[in-house]
Formats: sequence, structure tokens, C-alpha cells
Amino acid sequence: MTEILLILLGIGMVGAAIMAVHLKNLVAAAVAGGIVSLFASVVYVVLAAPDVAMTEAAIGAGLSTAIFLYAIKKTREQEVEHD
Amino acid sequence: MIKRALALTVALLLVWMMFDMLINWNAPKDLSGVAREYVEKEPHQLGAVNVVTAIVVTYRGFDTLGEVTVLFLAATGVAVLLSRRKKEPKPGKKKYRPASEFLNTGTHLLSPFIVMFGAYIFLNGHLSPGGGFQGGAVIASGVLFLFLVFPNFKLNHLALNWLESTAGASYVLVGILGLLLAAGFLDNRFLPLGHYGALLSAGAIPVIYTFIGLKVGTELSGILENLKN
Repeated sequence: MTEILLILLGIGMVGAAIMAVHLKNLVAAAVAGGIVSLFASVVYVVLAAPDVAMTEAAIGAGLSTAIFLYAIKKTREQEVEHD
Repeated sequence: MIKRALALTVALLLVWMMFDMLINWNAPKDLSGVAREYVEKEPHQLGAVNVVTAIVVTYRGFDTLGEVTVLFLAATGVAVLLSRRKKEPKPGKKKYRPASEFLNTGTHLLSPFIVMFGAYIFLNGHLSPGGGFQGGAVIASGVLFLFLVFPNFKLNHLALNWLESTAGASYVLVGILGLLLAAGFLDNRFLPLGHYGALLSAGAIPVIYTFIGLKVGTELSGILENLKN
């Protein structure tokens, strides 16, 4: 049961991470990055590390996403291609 | 093309290495070495129920002091980089879109409790999971809610800076008190260890975590406010 949950969460984390890299809309990419942290914090709870889970949820999913969003608001919302 | 082939080769090599490790990995049945020492001796030595806290604050106290310093430098860097913006005259009073009803009501209901929960986390750091960093981050997320709902919400900078620097200086001072009155820098045993499991126990650990919590909370709130303006 725990293994299935962990595998599902891992798949979700990898999927959200790929979305964070590939999405053109930066706001959506920042939110996808926050989802990676959110799933990671659940994984930490399952792996019996509640201290790390608290840090990951508060800083990774909460504050750093908000800081990314503020930074995107200050710059521009679309990724610019450089080739 | 060559670049891609090279990248693929490196990735495949890494997969092979990791696969080898994963196949031969067995979950350790019991604690070994230094971990067992900590778990067995910590309750008598330091008296904190949460062994993680005892390691973070006392056995590895220097690392925590370094982390607090890194966070302080990061907050200072953000303030230096973004403070130039403030001197420009603001083009009139900006009109902000008011926050939605959900966010408004939720913030009014929840933000006092979020701040209180943050204080609970760092005050109970030696008893339950969490500690100064986690509590400070939770407090800062409560402040973030206030910023989202009230765009013109201002923090009192003087009080914030004063609180932050006092907490940082007191943290180092408590460490030096440990050096003078107990076994070494950041030793928690210059205060009585108290009853194992009580709120006021484990010597100076709750004091140190309160200072760390206040410092981290004010620093992260300061970063958020600098970014908001």
C-alpha cells in the first residue's frame, strides 16, 4: 500500500517537474514547481521524516512559489526563446 | 548530434550506476554507528524528546548557526538588490484589483491561527516535529496571506529589523553562555534540563529555537515585502 502511494507520488513529481521545465507560461511553470514540492512533502511524511516534510511544505511549496510568482510579475510572463 | 550522443551516453552511464546501487540496496535493519549513539544517549544527555531537534540545535549547532547566517545574507542581498526601486517616485496611487471573497474571508479567519501555529511549532520544537526554521516559515506564509489580501499592507520596518537583529545576537549570546557555563559553544545544559517531555525542558533548546523562529520569520517576511514593492 505504502509502496503504491510512493510510486504514484513519484510519478506525479516527475510529471510536474517535466511540466515545470517545458511549460511556456511561466506562472504555470512556477505552480508546477510548487506541486513537485507538495508531493515531495507527502513523500517525506510517508517516509517518517515530518521535520523535513514541514520545511518542504512551508518553504518549497509555499514561500518559494510565491517568490517565483512575485519575480515573474516584476519581469514578464512569457518565456523568450534564445537560439 | 555529437552533443546529444554524448549526453545520452552520460545519462545511460548514470542509469547503469544507479541501477547497480538500487539492486544491491537493503534497508538497514537497525541503527548503526553515530545514529545509535545519538538515540541512546540523547535523552540523558540533553533531555529533548525530539532527537532531531537535539542534533540540529546542539550536537550540530554550528551548522544551524551557519544556515541562519546564510538565510540572513540572502535576505540582505534581496533587500540590497530591490531597495533601489523604492527611491523612484511612484506614478500616482496604483489601483489594485481587490482580492476575491474566498481569499478575503479565508485570510481573515486563518491568518491569526497560522501565525499562532508557527509559534507553536518553534516553541514545541524539542517535543514534536518541527522547529525554528519550520515555525518561522509558517509565520512568513501567514504574512504572505496578508500581503495577498491587503496590497497596501505595510510591515513596521523598524520593529522588524530590531526584532531580527536582536534575535540573531541573542542566539549567538546563548551559544557563548553555553561555552562559559556548560561544556561548549551552543551547549544547552547551562539551563536545567527539567522534566523529560515538559514544555520547559531540554535546557536552552526552546530558547534557541524561539530566537531562530523569530529570526527566520522576520527574514522571510522581509524578503516577501521587498519583492512585493
